[in-house]
Amino acid sequence: MKKGTYPFVLAFLLPPVGIYVMYMLSPYVQAIYISMTDWSGLTATQNFIGFDNYVRMWNDDQIWVALRNNMILLVVVPVLTLFLGLFFASMLNVGGRGRKAAITGVRGSSIYKVVYFFPQVLSVAIVGVLFKYVFAPESAGGILNGLLSAIGLDALTRLWLGDPKYLIWVVVLVMTWSFVGFYVVLFSAAMQSIPKDIYEAALLDGASRLTTFRKVTLPLVWDTVQVGWVYMAIQAMDGFAIVHIMLGVHGGVDGAGDVLGVAIYRAAFASSRFGYAAAIGVLMLVLTMTIVILFMRVLRRERVELG
Amino acid sequence: MTATQKEHKDPAMVERERQERRRRPGMGGGGRAIGLLNSGFLLLWGLITTLPLLWAIMSSFKTNGEFRVDPMGLPSGLQWDNFARAWTAANIGQYFVNSVIVVTMSLTLTMLFGAMGAYVLARYEFPGNRLIYYGFLGGLVLPVFLALVPMFFIVRNTGEIPVIGQFLGLNSYLSLALVYTAFSMPFTVFFLTAFFRTLPSSVAEAGIVDGCSHFALFFRIMLPMAKPGIISLALFNFLGHWNQYVLPLVIMQDGDKRVLAQGLGTLAANTGFRADWTALFAGLVIALLPVLIVYILFQKRIQAGLTAGVLK
Repeated sequence: MKKGTYPFVLAFLLPPVGIYVMYMLSPYVQAIYISMTDWSGLTATQNFIGFDNYVRMWNDDQIWVALRNNMILLVVVPVLTLFLGLFFASMLNVGGRGRKAAITGVRGSSIYKVVYFFPQVLSVAIVGVLFKYVFAPESAGGILNGLLSAIGLDALTRLWLGDPKYLIWVVVLVMTWSFVGFYVVLFSAAMQSIPKDIYEAALLDGASRLTTFRKVTLPLVWDTVQVGWVYMAIQAMDGFAIVHIMLGVHGGVDGAGDVLGVAIYRAAFASSRFGYAAAIGVLMLVLTMTIVILFMRVLRRERVELG
Repeated sequence: MTATQKEHKDPAMVERERQERRRRPGMGGGGRAIGLLNSGFLLLWGLITTLPLLWAIMSSFKTNGEFRVDPMGLPSGLQWDNFARAWTAANIGQYFVNSVIVVTMSLTLTMLFGAMGAYVLARYEFPGNRLIYYGFLGGLVLPVFLALVPMFFIVRNTGEIPVIGQFLGLNSYLSLALVYTAFSMPFTVFFLTAFFRTLPSSVAEAGIVDGCSHFALFFRIMLPMAKPGIISLALFNFLGHWNQYVLPLVIMQDGDKRVLAQGLGTLAANTGFRADWTALFAGLVIALLPVLIVYILFQKRIQAGLTAGVLK
């Protein structure tokens, strides 16, 4: 090796590793210890209390509400998004039937891909603010109710953000709205790598669009769907910005729209219960890890081997 | 919708359709209903995606009265005054400047340090190489919320360090930029390591033979060669940093130091359903413009970069 290699390697590694360890890795390690203390953050005293915070969490009804909501986000958002994403992606990439049976997307696919993807590059804060007003009462300029009455569906108008029943479902809709475009593009990339002659053969065999999708497209993009699913599950655990902006730091009316991320933020920065906040954080870590591992295992087993 | 989109069931039908098409140029035959339905859904989703954004832009030009009485109508005139109020009275201007400062710093640091680390990890053999690489990778799956509380204290405590403490601590641009940098390291190192590995080693070897130092090799040869990867990742990180919400919420607690996304969120929370809606929407449009411009200019690259982020 060339002279001076080690000093060079060291000099190049020190800044990235230093910043990473200091601001990201060490907080994770500390969080686990803090979760076992009664630290308020304001005082120097930091008593070790073992698993008391976890017991308190178990008895905290609000945490259960948040947990239930996180589970709804975790199941419903990915299912909706995958369904819509796969449908739109197959329409845009192999849905068209050109002359001489060429396999293409429907007309305007490239424009749709640009438009659909746009919510993905928007800040979640913008999305939150925007939809807070979409779902607002008509008297405050909310357009959803306005649109519903305009098309004669007055019966469906409600105070979307005023009724505990709807809160988490509003969050589900907003999240799905902002996720779909990304998965359309992701699945599009996977579908474009499928050889066109497979489709031509299916077409000659007289396979319908639905059969082609089920027997050809889906098995061949399954790997991507699987990765996308895990990625989305991690994303769906969050929901912080949307809930925090649309429903406020208490998770809306009766705290019915609460999620774990907001509960952590509230415990730490509104009630100065840092130990408790860290414990909720550990719960979130455990959940995320469990879900990632679970999804991987279940999906791997169902994997379709083709080609 | 057109003849190019219908379904072909069997050759006989194809023939029938072809004849039909000849009779009625530009019209489709069987399977048209399904095609139409599908196109309908595509269009509907297109509308669902764009309408809220168009509505926001339209609202930003209305008077507050118009917004309240006729939220869906067109603005009667262009109230540029809304933007002026948002920029100064609602402090969006200050937040915008804060965002620009922080993102400029964090993007520079992320790309420089990320490239340095990735380059060394990709092209140099030394003990601990794998360990450090996987150390970075591990950060990809950790939920940010767990780190929130201790990170707050780390940042607060760095503010107490003598001499340099005045540049760090809570409400400091540099601290927030460093936190962004740290949280971007896992993916940046991951992506760029893969990228540096693909670069041909012949050029690097030629450089070494010519007596190029390690530093010169990196800055003069490898970095320019890695430009496509660097640009893709810089776009990815720009969007991530510009749109960040929870990290600044914790670190920038002082009103004047808020970044754009955070300032907008607070503004929306404080005005509730009462006050100055159109200024809020003007603020929203101001916040939206930079990402809209970047997206329109680089949309192919951004789509490729973000989706590669999932697949790699």
